[in-house]
Amino acid sequence: MSAPKMTMAQAINTALRDAIAEDDSVVVFGEDVAQLGGVFRVTDGLHQEFGESRVFDTPLAESGIVGMAVGMAMNGMRPVVEMQFDAFAYPAFEQIVSHVAKLGNRTRGKVRLPIVIRIPYAGGIGGVEHHCDSSEAYYAHTPGLTVVAPATNADAYGLLRAAIAGSDPVVFLEPKKHYFAKEEVDVSVPVPPIGRAVVRRPGRDATLIAYGPSVPVALAAAEQAATEGRDLGVVDLRSIVPFDDETVCAEVRRTGRAVVVAEAPGFASVASEIAARVGERCFHHLEAPVRRVTGFDVPYPPPKLEHHFLPGVDRILDAVDTLQWEDEVA
Amino acid sequence: MKEHLDLLREMVRIRRFEERCAELYSSAQIRGFLHLYVGEEAVAAGVVSELDPQDAVVSTYRDHGHALARGVPMDAVMAEMFGKVTGCSRGRGGSMHLFDASHRFFGGNAIVGGGLPVAAGLALAHVMRGEPRVVACFFGEGAAAEGEFHEVLNLAALWRLPVLFCCENNMYAMGTAFAKEHAAGDLALRASSYGLAAWSVDGMDVLAVKESARRATESIRAGGGPCLLELRTYRFRAHSMYDPERYREKAEVTQWRHLDPIDRLVEVMRPEFTDDELGAIEAEVSVEIDHAVATAETADLEPVTDLTRFVTSEVSP
Repeated sequence: MSAPKMTMAQAINTALRDAIAEDDSVVVFGEDVAQLGGVFRVTDGLHQEFGESRVFDTPLAESGIVGMAVGMAMNGMRPVVEMQFDAFAYPAFEQIVSHVAKLGNRTRGKVRLPIVIRIPYAGGIGGVEHHCDSSEAYYAHTPGLTVVAPATNADAYGLLRAAIAGSDPVVFLEPKKHYFAKEEVDVSVPVPPIGRAVVRRPGRDATLIAYGPSVPVALAAAEQAATEGRDLGVVDLRSIVPFDDETVCAEVRRTGRAVVVAEAPGFASVASEIAARVGERCFHHLEAPVRRVTGFDVPYPPPKLEHHFLPGVDRILDAVDTLQWEDEVA
Repeated sequence: MKEHLDLLREMVRIRRFEERCAELYSSAQIRGFLHLYVGEEAVAAGVVSELDPQDAVVSTYRDHGHALARGVPMDAVMAEMFGKVTGCSRGRGGSMHLFDASHRFFGGNAIVGGGLPVAAGLALAHVMRGEPRVVACFFGEGAAAEGEFHEVLNLAALWRLPVLFCCENNMYAMGTAFAKEHAAGDLALRASSYGLAAWSVDGMDVLAVKESARRATESIRAGGGPCLLELRTYRFRAHSMYDPERYREKAEVTQWRHLDPIDRLVEVMRPEFTDDELGAIEAEVSVEIDHAVATAETADLEPVTDLTRFVTSEVSP
């Protein structure tokens, strides 16, 4: 019997519902999350089901929202807050970077902040700047934050449940272009823990490393490559922090070639960090330098141009073509 | 008289503790940054004296007075100043980030205005659990120019959160005078415009501070929603140990020193209160400080093997 199909928005909604039902300390709040059910309807119905004390709307005050989450978490609650869009989280940057990330360290572990900051992120929906940012590097660069980016609906459910149940603050990046893609999700089947990458497709010739919205693109590129005689594997990181060096490096050592795929501009990016880590750890196994296929170093472009900006199958396969295959043939 | 004595002892403790800290800073036994509260003691002593043990306190980077008044042990505060492992944050917080959840002291905060949303969150959690507690949130008048001040006053008034906002108006946001920073000069009026009760208090008069804090906390506990007190005060010393004080005249400082809250309370307590009794308080405080310094000096730094620990919880997956 197959599991029910649900969208990523429904999978996240179900995770929130189950977490609220299971634990009295879980509260969900943010801009328009209650009555309206969120700008992407991710929290649809939760306010009606659980009431104002568990799911509530806030004024437009991102720093206030995240800072309140700090106070609530210090006082025994498990707040799950929503930032309406990626760039709308920037007014809360002060709280996220200076307090959410650092209080555990500053108190040498006497205080832990079980806060989840949900952020619809990245592009591909025909949006515009401020609504399509890939902001993961800001958070990943800040010690103390766990940074999760699910690529599948089952992971969206399972990783969010784990994020809410954990003891540390999590920036939960939801690839908004997948909110309405349907997949089978069996919520009773546990997913691997946060910090574990998953090989989505084994491959012999080269490894594509991706997370969040870039995983389906990498899988499509691997499909295409297969028809052209190349066997590409795909690793889905699932969490950027903690980073699963073991799984990534095992795959790269097997294939000897790697391409990192991510939407964010490439300079000083998570993709750059991955390329450096793989280079340091797998040097003697590599046939070619690790390539990065990323967004360009420009602000997010308008809707009619975004497909040029986003890493696509062609750009990924072009990068794969440059991995010094001629040496092998010779 | 007992009440007066307690307030006086608290102010003397804070004053002498900080004077010793200044000496220890000059001899490099305390490193980092040091922001002294000297002159402003009536605010911490007066407000905190009206809190119950289960109420919460959120502070600023000028936090020594709030922490001591709150009951964070002086030994742990001094060790924290020294960066020692016996400090209230194992030496990692330092002067600006004293923290002791067991005394419901939820931290100094190096970011101006950064504590206001945290106070609102603490209060919201109290409300959700049906706990009749007050959160006292200290901040300076400089914070009233920050965005978080406006976000949080609106939120707190909207949801009638039990927060006592204590704006310590010492007239200078570091080196910028009040009039150069605020178009509208009346902070109580500004707070009122968000829909909360607010009034100004002589922050150099500990009895006036205490009386206002009593009225405010009573109102908050009775469900009257948040209050803001503008506590008009003055710091006698520089903003930090690196401040040449180019922004104010010496005569102004001298004028305010005539309003020293410790001297003023002693005046009120005369003639019953004698020099001998004052001397006894000073001696008692001196012993406490000596002990704090001695134990801080001999304590260890956090071992270097712990340098990378505690960033996240250390639970094995």
